[in-house]
Amino acid sequence: MNIDAITDGIVIDHIKAGQGMELYHDLGLENLDCSVALIKNAPSKKMGKKDIIKVNAALDLNLQILGFIDPDITVNIIRNGTRVEKFHPELPLEITNVIKCRNPRCISTVEPGITHIFKLTDKEKRIYRCIYCESKAKSKDR
Amino acid sequence: MRHLIDILDLSTEEIDELIQKACDIIAHPDAYSEKCHGKKIATLFYEPSTRTRLSFEAAMMELGGKALGFSSASNSSASKGETVADTARIVSNYADIIAMRHPKEGAPMVASMYAKVPVINAGDGGHNHPTQTLTDLLTIYREKGRLDHLTIGFCGDLKFGRTVHSLILALARYTDIRIVLISPDELKLPDYIIQDTLIAKNISYVETADLEEYLPELDVLYMTRVQQERFFNEADYIRLKDSYILTRDKLATAKSDLSILHPLPRVNEIAVDVDDDPRACYFTQAGNGKYIRMALILKLLEVE
Repeated sequence: MNIDAITDGIVIDHIKAGQGMELYHDLGLENLDCSVALIKNAPSKKMGKKDIIKVNAALDLNLQILGFIDPDITVNIIRNGTRVEKFHPELPLEITNVIKCRNPRCISTVEPGITHIFKLTDKEKRIYRCIYCESKAKSKDR
Repeated sequence: MRHLIDILDLSTEEIDELIQKACDIIAHPDAYSEKCHGKKIATLFYEPSTRTRLSFEAAMMELGGKALGFSSASNSSASKGETVADTARIVSNYADIIAMRHPKEGAPMVASMYAKVPVINAGDGGHNHPTQTLTDLLTIYREKGRLDHLTIGFCGDLKFGRTVHSLILALARYTDIRIVLISPDELKLPDYIIQDTLIAKNISYVETADLEEYLPELDVLYMTRVQQERFFNEADYIRLKDSYILTRDKLATAKSDLSILHPLPRVNEIAVDVDDDPRACYFTQAGNGKYIRMALILKLLEVE
């Protein structure tokens, strides 16, 4: 399968196979006018299978969710057909309006218009907690 | 402007200052009787309460101020669907300080984000209850003369017991604290407190289901009620509600200077025959609540 190389944009590589579509929605890529490619189950020497997302536009995407979902993902920034930057997303100290608290006793489940904020409380174990009730976040809470 | 949402919003130095201030208020109440003249506290209680609401209101009145508010959600615009954020914005126009109790965890934090006056968390669901913790710390200090070098047993509902959570967070900052967690399996202390506080701060702790096994070692025994209102399933409540009942007979093996605390209300977890035992401190503890809240109001209103 051939996908055209991109000139200016972002390649999100080494996404765990099966997570690509979720990330596509989490990053709001369905709202873009530029060409976006989601490649599922691409062969990978390291992972066996992986998903890849290519965005053909130099956008300033909010990539904070990538670090929360999987800091082993690789982000490549492409300019004029050349990769100018490659990095693994950092664990964000705080994630805002990306996931929602699932604790039925938390005010954030009933208060309209509330900002859903989770803070990194344990970097080693990658644990995020709701600032309101301190419940542990799970990536499936998206 | 400061709020008190979590006991950890206060440093140990600030807690010690509040305790000293409360002790001074107890010794010289007349010196404080006009300190908050012209000030008002709004007690916004979406859940029933006797001690906490009345002690906040009494605290402000004894400082020369006044109190207004509501004592259940049905008596407020919450029953019409008003948000916590809007209520906080509005009440900021009517009062100088807000004390909020709410069944949802984090509600006072939301109020603090929108209020123009200091907000005190007067209990948010099963989460935190920092002014009860200040009350407990003042009681332990007055009974023991110290807040360090203590073995403290927590007994009963450690899962939903917000007073337990806040007190453990506070005590973990003092030296040589040993904690004995006594509960049935279903009501054990939440994992995040064990991980982030007890283990992270290297606090010596033990979990057990047997009250009598560890009773002789305790300097302080903190009893709690199994709270019916925290259960989604009535059957679970009925099965667990009588897990621990402290009687005078059981106290035979306890230290002679044990201090028995309870945030109250009690149901049957402390038998009435314990009330006359000199080790029972829970009624004094309820009285201490007013004094520490007086000290807190002075601090948050920045009244010297």
